[in-house]
Amino acid sequence: MSHNNDPGHLYETYKKSLAAEKRWIFFYQLAILVTFFSAWEVSSRNSWIDPLIFSSPSKVWLLFLEKISDGTLAAHLGVTVFETVLGFVIGTVLGTILAALLWWSPFLSNILDPYLVVLNAMPKVALGPILIVGLGPGFTSIIAMGAVISVIITTLVVYSSFKGVDDNYVKVLQTFGAKKQHVFREAILPASFPTIISTLKVNVGLSWVGVIVGEFLVSAKGLGYMIIYGFQVFNFTLVMLALLLIILCAAIMYQAVEWLETKLIKDNLD
Amino acid sequence: MSFLKAEHIGHHYFSPSTFTPALDEISFSIKEGEFISLIGPSGCGKSTLLSILSGLIEPTFGTIAIDGHPPNALKNQIGYMLQQDYLFPWKTIEENVLLGLKLDGRLNRKTAANSIEFLEKIGLRGVEKQFPRQLSGGMRQRAALARTMAVNPKLLLLDEPFSALDYQTKLKLENLVFDTLKSYRKTAVLVTHDIGEAISMSDRIFLLSASPGRIIKIFEVPEEFRILKPFDVRTHETFMELFHVIWKELESLEPQQ
Repeated sequence: MSHNNDPGHLYETYKKSLAAEKRWIFFYQLAILVTFFSAWEVSSRNSWIDPLIFSSPSKVWLLFLEKISDGTLAAHLGVTVFETVLGFVIGTVLGTILAALLWWSPFLSNILDPYLVVLNAMPKVALGPILIVGLGPGFTSIIAMGAVISVIITTLVVYSSFKGVDDNYVKVLQTFGAKKQHVFREAILPASFPTIISTLKVNVGLSWVGVIVGEFLVSAKGLGYMIIYGFQVFNFTLVMLALLLIILCAAIMYQAVEWLETKLIKDNLD
Repeated sequence: MSFLKAEHIGHHYFSPSTFTPALDEISFSIKEGEFISLIGPSGCGKSTLLSILSGLIEPTFGTIAIDGHPPNALKNQIGYMLQQDYLFPWKTIEENVLLGLKLDGRLNRKTAANSIEFLEKIGLRGVEKQFPRQLSGGMRQRAALARTMAVNPKLLLLDEPFSALDYQTKLKLENLVFDTLKSYRKTAVLVTHDIGEAISMSDRIFLLSASPGRIIKIFEVPEEFRILKPFDVRTHETFMELFHVIWKELESLEPQQ
């Protein structure tokens, strides 16, 4: 038998081909990134695109260093991340609590059904001016925006997951004399963790929308303010810098949620 | 002295457009330690009757007394096993098995040790820290048996607990459940589609008719079968005779084609 038919050898080859494919995928991902930024830089320098409007990576980088050294960037970034995290946590927790109330009382859920449908259909950012008037032009109303934008959709998705839990799990608990709160804690809530996590992933994106729009309107601090200010004074390098930072932060938050997923959903681990 | 007494049980299901009679005039009594099987065509209300016995459903008419009390007054005196194991996938086998004790506030070192010992006795050693999906179907149904037995119920209600298993596993589990119930002197009511299972496990077989469910006939399983294990009953020379008698009765209840 030649060594080509040896299972151990074939397994090594298989593992190598997997690793090679992984390397190629990473290579192309990196290539896209490098190509994008170099094309941006080159076309801006040669004025193929308007350097005033589209700026260039090198200018954004210089501005980044400048803003870091004078400390203003850290302040803006800190404010926005704080508002987004809080808005996103409040939106998800509040949505889950609302879903639990609806599950607890089917009567309440029937009453509220049309209101939830209307509230879900309504574009939440339209509430911005009212929130600012009501809560004052500060971070409270911006956090409220971040929360409001995700709370209704969280309620609807999590509630339908609560209702979708197999009745037989409830039956098992009831034969042990479990009360409604036990049924919720032992079966309904843990069975819905995967759904809650996936709404968290959606809510990361939604809360960024809410907070950035909130900062546009309040125009005092934060990355959203940097964008609106840069736009008004026609400093598009500033706009681009804020935009890139938002992308980076949102990606980091998304990764954090994925990490939480592996911690919370135990039975997915081998 | 009867342990379980059902008198004039009737049940209806309501829906906005109509109401459906599910059970009608069901009366019987069961002695302590007895094993009863309920068989009948689909839609005869076997599972409904089991839910009523467990206290999960309140019957429209009639009364149930278990040891002199209505079923919903008895906490953890009744164990229920379903078609599938319904072990909670996010809990370990140990957490699943101890769930009833925990909910009842009876979880302590001694009761926990007893339950783990029971797990080992039914052939599940060293799986306490594993999750249900790491076990085979038969092992999971065994763990579900351990979960049911952990609270030490007086009455066991078995709703086709072997129907989702392959034939070989099913025969093995029949023996296991039979031995367990006999050695702990438990009273049991089994719902099944399988006439052979009913004959091999029970002392008496209640035959129900469909819509509405009524007890049409009660078969006494001969003494020589009752002392044998289910697997040995299935191979007994007169097993097929009783099987055919019940088969004919069941056939006559099916709607004519």
